[in-house]
Amino acid sequence: MYRHDAFDRQFVQQRAAQYRDQLERWQAGTLSDDAFKPLRLQNGWYIQRFAPMLRVAVPYGEINSEQLRVLARVAREFDHKEDNDISKANAGLSDVPSLPDRTAHFTTRSNVQFNWIPLARSADVMELLASVGLHGIQTSGNCIRNTTSDALAGIAVDEVADPRPFAEILRQWSTLHHEFAFLPRKFKVAITGAREDRAATPWHDVGLRLLHNVDGELGFQVRVGGGMGRTPIIGTVLREFLPWDQMLNYLEAVVRAYNRFGRRDNMYKARIKIIVKAEGQAFADQVEAEYRDILELDGAPHTITAAELARVSAFFTPPALACDRKSADAKIAHILKAAAEDDLEFSRWLTRNVVAHKNPDLRAVTLSFKRLGQSPGDATAEQLERAAELADRFSGGEARVTHTQNLLLPWVRCDQLPELWREARRLGLAKPNIGLLTDMIACPGGDFCDLANARSLPIAQAVLARYADLDELHDIGEIDLHMSGCINSCGHHHSGHIGVLGVDKDGQEWYQVTLGGSDGKRLSGEATPGKVIGPSFAANEVPEVIEALLDTYRAQREDGEPFIATLRRIGLDPFKQAANAVRSTTARPVDAATV
Amino acid sequence: MSIQLLRADTFSPPETEAERRVLANTDDPREADLSGVRVVELQFPKFSDGRAFSQAFLLRRRLGFTGDIRATGEVLIDQLLQMQRSGFSQAVLKADQDLAHAERLLRHYGGFYQGDALQPQPRFANA
Repeated sequence: MYRHDAFDRQFVQQRAAQYRDQLERWQAGTLSDDAFKPLRLQNGWYIQRFAPMLRVAVPYGEINSEQLRVLARVAREFDHKEDNDISKANAGLSDVPSLPDRTAHFTTRSNVQFNWIPLARSADVMELLASVGLHGIQTSGNCIRNTTSDALAGIAVDEVADPRPFAEILRQWSTLHHEFAFLPRKFKVAITGAREDRAATPWHDVGLRLLHNVDGELGFQVRVGGGMGRTPIIGTVLREFLPWDQMLNYLEAVVRAYNRFGRRDNMYKARIKIIVKAEGQAFADQVEAEYRDILELDGAPHTITAAELARVSAFFTPPALACDRKSADAKIAHILKAAAEDDLEFSRWLTRNVVAHKNPDLRAVTLSFKRLGQSPGDATAEQLERAAELADRFSGGEARVTHTQNLLLPWVRCDQLPELWREARRLGLAKPNIGLLTDMIACPGGDFCDLANARSLPIAQAVLARYADLDELHDIGEIDLHMSGCINSCGHHHSGHIGVLGVDKDGQEWYQVTLGGSDGKRLSGEATPGKVIGPSFAANEVPEVIEALLDTYRAQREDGEPFIATLRRIGLDPFKQAANAVRSTTARPVDAATV
Repeated sequence: MSIQLLRADTFSPPETEAERRVLANTDDPREADLSGVRVVELQFPKFSDGRAFSQAFLLRRRLGFTGDIRATGEVLIDQLLQMQRSGFSQAVLKADQDLAHAERLLRHYGGFYQGDALQPQPRFANA
């Protein structure tokens, strides 16, 4: 993975020092709340329901064991509920004593969040993070955010080209960009190099997909204007093929056009998707004209040179892992067969949590952070440290924070799988549920977030409890359950096969359920938002609605058909009827006029 | 080229009105008549409204404007570095801003990754 050089290290340390100066001026009263706000946001510091929230960037998801250990230290030494005066906070419906602290949270955008660090200690945390090259640069605010990618980047068997060198070049270009720090709204770029889209690229402000053109040259398909929120929109393809060396010049054109013409009068209409949709070809023409000017008048200064691509690519050379090729196949087969036969769980783990690798000697293994008793994507200080040990022992010291809020070990020798499984199981991180119902995506919801209308974590726990039985879970098969506590859609409910969205009515928690959304991967079909299946449900009804939907699927499915395929084949109506049949709190007397 | 720091409460423009062009954030600098113009004023209605950064870039780099580009409006010391890098040569700061501290902030970083109005080539091109 990428290693910071002296310049990068100094840069991150200077950023931490700059932040300390800003914090101290704010504390001294010489920097106003309003002026401080975007500065702290662009370092990852939000103010939430009870305490500040810190979002640490994990660029394109790659993290090393040393960084995981520092995140563990942040959790243990700084993420303390008792350091905050929560008596004045609006607790809403949260059961405050049960909320975890000393805990990190993996997000869908491969960032790591903490919920209880007082602002007074924020500069100390930034300095600690900087000691291992971590930071919160542009993890919030109206700027170019942390770039996300495929958790299998550089190791996927279906990869056209490794997206990580481009993601790193993009990280550097977008970091403290002088012109683009105060855009109309946030701006998110996702990049993938595989045929299977594991990065939900059509849902991003810019989605980049590496491909070859008919002449065999490498470039990007460029989508612009995707996004979730109140107005879910799938990105428009502005370029079917952009030569790879033009990535930055073209992005500069897109972001400059957005900075100049994006709406600033209404924050709900300020994302680039709104202008792309409203102006269509006119916006595309504006981008192309600007791109032409960058090439012809500016001299295309950010053309990526072959030397730069080679320099950055060299960081992504696979770790040297010893594996006895001669006896590997026989040995692997023997180990897997022997272990699989005496343990159904191990065989399920091999099926669900282990995937093929570019290097036939290696596997990619997902550690599941979806288990009963902890929120999806939550990791305690202890768990982070143990995960760091697993990364050191089994994965060349590297892990990936995944879009689905788990940790992936990218460099596991196949003859070490049984050993890794035993260790991971001991730590409670080997639940064989990757891609299944309980591997759901969920935002922190109303328990922590000031924006949320409803809690998502209790619903997640109810689903984890109800579907703890592995036979049942595996029988239901692959399905995307996505939950957001509000329309900002951090839990990606729009792209869930089943989406759950918290809405607010009269200060109570209600949930809209959507069906048939897709993030754009093969299983789910072309990216599309799900459809709302009726009036909102009460919190206590949601687990039953999910059960009714799954029962409908199981009754109607044909051989080998996943949930989403049955849904597409038979349509929404049977599912709607089943969901409405379980209404209790929200059941209404039948209106005679409509009968 | 270091950005010149001015204070809104004491600043009086040295140029005549005819030598100054004030552009709205919605104006395209490429459509402005800049003949005889020594100073272009760009506005920050709020410090968090970043349109003038792009306007300054277009003026300085795209048009090669060599006169002064002046930032007015809600100009705060924490955005000066961005202004300087986008091509501004003058900043008229709000009266409550600490100019000595501003000078320190302008010197804070040892370098940047991307090219800008002062140094058009990105860091990797100079490696």
